[in-house]
Amino acid sequence: MHNADLIVIGAGPAGMSAARRAAELGLSVLILDELPAAGGQIYRNVDRASTTRIDILGKDYTHGRTLTKALHHENITHLKGAVVWQIEDGTRVAFTQNGKAALAVGQRILLATGALERPMPLPGWTLPGVMTAGAAQILLKQSGIACQGAVLVGSGPLLYLIATQMVRAGVPPLALIETQTTSDLTKSMRHLGGALRGWPYLVKGLRMLWELRRAGIPRHVGAKHIAIEGDQAAQAVTFNIGKAAHRIECDAVLLHHGVVPNTQAARSIDIPHRWDDAQNCFVPECDVWGRSAVATAFIAGDGAGIGGAKAAALAGGIAALEIAHDLEGIATSDRDAAARKLRKQLDSERAARPFIDAAYPPYAGAIAPPDETIICRCEEVTAGDIRRFAGLGCLGPNQAKAFGRSGMGPCQGRYCGLSVSQILAASNKASLDDTGYYRIRPPLKPVTLGELATLEEPDMHEAQK
Amino acid sequence: MKTDSPFREIDPQSEHVPVRFEGQDLTLPLGENLAGALLVAGVMPFRHTPVSGAPRGPFCMMGACFDCLVQIDGMTVQACMLQVTEGLEITMPAARGAADA
Repeated sequence: MHNADLIVIGAGPAGMSAARRAAELGLSVLILDELPAAGGQIYRNVDRASTTRIDILGKDYTHGRTLTKALHHENITHLKGAVVWQIEDGTRVAFTQNGKAALAVGQRILLATGALERPMPLPGWTLPGVMTAGAAQILLKQSGIACQGAVLVGSGPLLYLIATQMVRAGVPPLALIETQTTSDLTKSMRHLGGALRGWPYLVKGLRMLWELRRAGIPRHVGAKHIAIEGDQAAQAVTFNIGKAAHRIECDAVLLHHGVVPNTQAARSIDIPHRWDDAQNCFVPECDVWGRSAVATAFIAGDGAGIGGAKAAALAGGIAALEIAHDLEGIATSDRDAAARKLRKQLDSERAARPFIDAAYPPYAGAIAPPDETIICRCEEVTAGDIRRFAGLGCLGPNQAKAFGRSGMGPCQGRYCGLSVSQILAASNKASLDDTGYYRIRPPLKPVTLGELATLEEPDMHEAQK
Repeated sequence: MKTDSPFREIDPQSEHVPVRFEGQDLTLPLGENLAGALLVAGVMPFRHTPVSGAPRGPFCMMGACFDCLVQIDGMTVQACMLQVTEGLEITMPAARGAADA
């Protein structure tokens, strides 16, 4: 049994930054994270990265070392490879590490579970060789693995970022097939004024586009009717630009049209979520400190709404201030003064976000995919199946489970939940808030009976003696 | 199942150790991510789905999608959440119609 003032779930920017600030304010902090090293997905493996990888991944990546270094504090215990599978009463966390289950009890819990790639169901997206763009970046960061003969499909800054990194790695993508349209760009212009406060992001975007042009990477913008062909693995991507049909042969396809909050842990403890139109996803309801409806549970970073790594670190700091205030580690006036500074930085970090969200919306063809497209990858339920369920009176995702097992496979709806909600909402002409989302239940990750049997129950051991 | 892989190591760092995938001898970099190492070694697919028998391989590389499932020591596990150790005996998880163990 582990005890701590604060349990942080996730060692990405939000979790690391919160842990450090809380530790500095005298709180004992326990970090539980699935990965073998701190950093989360954005700064994955940053402490071990070779100079070759750093040259490819850039300064924004190595910035993560300031956060991983900050974890070396006497008040912080970081358990690596710790997989959380249940949270109870907003204070008790059950997890598995090295094949053994354990419990941790904290006075406060911070969910810093980050983001997932927005599901991008296209015909053929389950074929081997089709991965998320984030997966390609993880391969590069974690293992120095680059993917040759790949086509990038979707929209958004991450798509450009991975493309430029692939160019630098000497394995340029064959092409970018981009789904945003000129009308998206026009609509985004009304946010440009506000975005200028976040100008470093705009400059970075332009620099990436210039780098791709210099490398001669073809960009097909405004693509529609995108499908992936292949029998045993992905072999080609087909799409239309206007009325012209295109086909690009390739060895791999990397998908990305934005990231969305990973809400599994928050939903598992019944934290309410609402639909966010601008970000096109569900976000948990939190106050300005990140406190949820479960008074002891806080959420910070992309898990509370997408803002990026730097915004996540700032939000982690803000949550830590309020948590320390709860536990009488900081006076109200000191909390407010420190929070004011962080919020000012957070505002400028978020300034470019409305422009980016409007300029690179999700691909419409993956929000309303053709009937034959698999939506639930685990149980192989198609878009047509979901629409048929709606026709039979299925109102929400939880009913869809009973109609046809969608969301009941091992991923527990992580890569179909949003799609199922959106397809049902469209079919039933209902709002996303009324349609809702899967009810998420523990275990959040698989746990074996053998692992469960290792749970220490001190009272029971006493009884057996 | 072993093919020419589009996945390349750009800065190999680790010594390679023997492992087996579906009875086939491979040498993979010790301590590196198992799913990545299998991709570089040309292993594809990792498994066939229990629903239709369709081939699958890694998709998210962050422990969320469960598409990179393999079987090690009788347990079905996510290859992307494991590291390479010497002598791993890896098989595909039992496919559709296989008798229960």
